[in-house]
Amino acid sequence: MAKMTIIQAITEGLRVALREDERVLVLGEDVGVNGGVFRATEGLQGEFGPHRVVDTPLAEAGIIGSSVGLAVNGMRPIPEIQFFGFIYPAMEQIVAHVSRVRMRSQGRFTCPMVIRAPYGAGIRAPELHGDSPEAFFVHQPGIKVVCPSNPYDAKGLLLASIDDPDPVLFLEPLRMYRAFREEVPEGRYTVELGKANVVKPGKDVSVFAWGTMLRVALEAAKAAAEKGVDVEVVDLRTLSPLDRETIAESVKKTGRAVVVHEAPKTAGLGAEIAAVIQDEAFLYLEAPVVRVAGYDTPQPLFSLEDIFAPDAKRILHGIDKAMNF
Amino acid sequence: MQPTEQQQPTATHETLSNELLLDMYRSMILVRHFDRRAVHLQRTGRLGTYAPLEGQEAAQVGCGYALDKRDWLFPTYREHGVSIVHGLPMSTIFLYWNGRPEGCVPPEGVNIFPVSVPIATQVPHAVGAAWASKLKGEDVVSVGFLGDGATSEGDFHEAMNFAGVFKLPVIIFCQNNGFAISVPLSKQTAVETLAEKAAGYGVEGVRVDGNDLLAVYETVKKAADKARRGEGPTFIEAVTYRYGSHTTADDHTRYREASEVEEWKAKDPIDRVKKILIERGVWSEEQDLAEWAKVDGDVQAAIDEMQATPSVAHDRLFDYAYAELPQDLIEQRDEVRRLYGNGGAK
Ligand SMILES: Cc1ncc(C[n+]2csc(CCOP(=O)(O)OP(=O)(O)O)c2C)c(N)n1
Repeated sequence: MAKMTIIQAITEGLRVALREDERVLVLGEDVGVNGGVFRATEGLQGEFGPHRVVDTPLAEAGIIGSSVGLAVNGMRPIPEIQFFGFIYPAMEQIVAHVSRVRMRSQGRFTCPMVIRAPYGAGIRAPELHGDSPEAFFVHQPGIKVVCPSNPYDAKGLLLASIDDPDPVLFLEPLRMYRAFREEVPEGRYTVELGKANVVKPGKDVSVFAWGTMLRVALEAAKAAAEKGVDVEVVDLRTLSPLDRETIAESVKKTGRAVVVHEAPKTAGLGAEIAAVIQDEAFLYLEAPVVRVAGYDTPQPLFSLEDIFAPDAKRILHGIDKAMNF
Repeated sequence: MQPTEQQQPTATHETLSNELLLDMYRSMILVRHFDRRAVHLQRTGRLGTYAPLEGQEAAQVGCGYALDKRDWLFPTYREHGVSIVHGLPMSTIFLYWNGRPEGCVPPEGVNIFPVSVPIATQVPHAVGAAWASKLKGEDVVSVGFLGDGATSEGDFHEAMNFAGVFKLPVIIFCQNNGFAISVPLSKQTAVETLAEKAAGYGVEGVRVDGNDLLAVYETVKKAADKARRGEGPTFIEAVTYRYGSHTTADDHTRYREASEVEEWKAKDPIDRVKKILIERGVWSEEQDLAEWAKVDGDVQAAIDEMQATPSVAHDRLFDYAYAELPQDLIEQRDEVRRLYGNGGAK
């Protein structure tokens, strides 16, 4: 087994899919000759040719809209949006079409595609390159939202997303792309969608996170351990649909919950998870659910991004709040 | 992309005063030096990701000089040249690329919108500002800037259509530098020239050699005069080339042949003007050297100013999210003050 970074695992996942299924094609801005601005599609055009790994014009609505037609007519498109913050021009296509084809046609037509997008702040990129608007899409029924936090899951969840009969938005934590390596099996394997992962068991408080924030949550858990607090860290992995069962089980065990995300707090996914906990484990709660999130301002330019996004200190502060209610 | 022969008759440079030509030439040198220093600052870790413009000086400086101070600019992330000409301090531009909110704030009286990062989204703004000018009865022109790749986005087409339908005093100025990151124009559009797209919107389209300062100046001036007379919009395609990478995070050798870059460097926009000035007998190699030294001082002063700017106050994250801070945000701001204090980058 080779040790890989998240981005290498994603390239591997795409390679497996392109090899195994002629219907699969990768399309987007700079994905071909350049191998993607983060090199996620590095080498794929050379291996599979310009008709399967396609440099498109600079047009997100065009990329996603034409993927709808491709999917409906038998292909398996994997469109890339260069940065999650540039998905807005394609919002119309995703909300009005991608997510509704199956329901609108009562199953006569379907729209299986995997929209890939690097997301999140923390690399000192210019404006909009660090947005985390995942809640917009979780709020939209008909499309699944997946967000891995490590190389093994990245490849396994990507292949599961490509297999999935429904459209999937696949978010890649760009700050973690090359942050560390892990063993990743060769060839095909999948990680089931809709299943959260208890990354670190603990008994005092549950911390729920995904993608980029998972590592930060683990850092906070370590710091909490030094203060004698045993934190359970849960990686949600799939944001839509949420794994309500794993969330509830964890809270039933610990009695306390902290939800962490980078996106602004108000009406963010944290609110939904808090509601799930209330629905499923209300009587087990020893304290209100704490949300540690980005502040309710537009994602700032990078001189302020460290203040905007939760760091271990802020998560620890949230853990304290849950522990000392 | 092959270097394109100029499509427009070159401005008869006899009609331009030595003074104006010299002024524009000096600005081109300043802009190039600014740009090179910015790339260098990024390489040495003193600036974030930066989008260089070297090679596009004639397009930007020529355009800038053809406009009036009261005109409105709606730039992308690569318009440092025209922005400097229009009155944006270089230190402000440096601050922007350092991720500082102050970098989005032009001085009073300088009508430049903050840099627009999402592609083509600023073009409708230029159209709207021109609409306002028309409604207010002013003879002010708005200019929306974009690249060749940006002409593929829906916002561009909607903006062009509005400009045509409402016959607005707007110039949509496209610097066709051959590439949208790695994607060449031939994969961006199936038409030969971008200028011809304008016809589909009832907008006049003009293609100009963007490396010819005088031609750009004359073309933009004509379009601006026309707009001021109430005769409607112009789409200008200035054919040029960027010498370096798309940004400092990009590597252009992955998608371009070195020979292509060299071919374009032989048509360098600055060299071309220098030749004219020397032919006119108003410039010399010695003066040239002295000028480069002078602009180095100016750019250094702007760098010093950026570096002397105190680190960002954390309150700035909250201060301008709304006119009046909602209670939730007051509490969030107080949390930041409690946890991190209010100043000094972390
Ligand atoms: C909506 C949107 N999609 C993608 C990007 C990423 N991106 C930034 S610049 C660029 C290429 C732009 O090319 P062009 O319009 O030709 O302008 P140039 O950079 O050459 O000046 C891309 C794809 C973006 N900023 N906004």
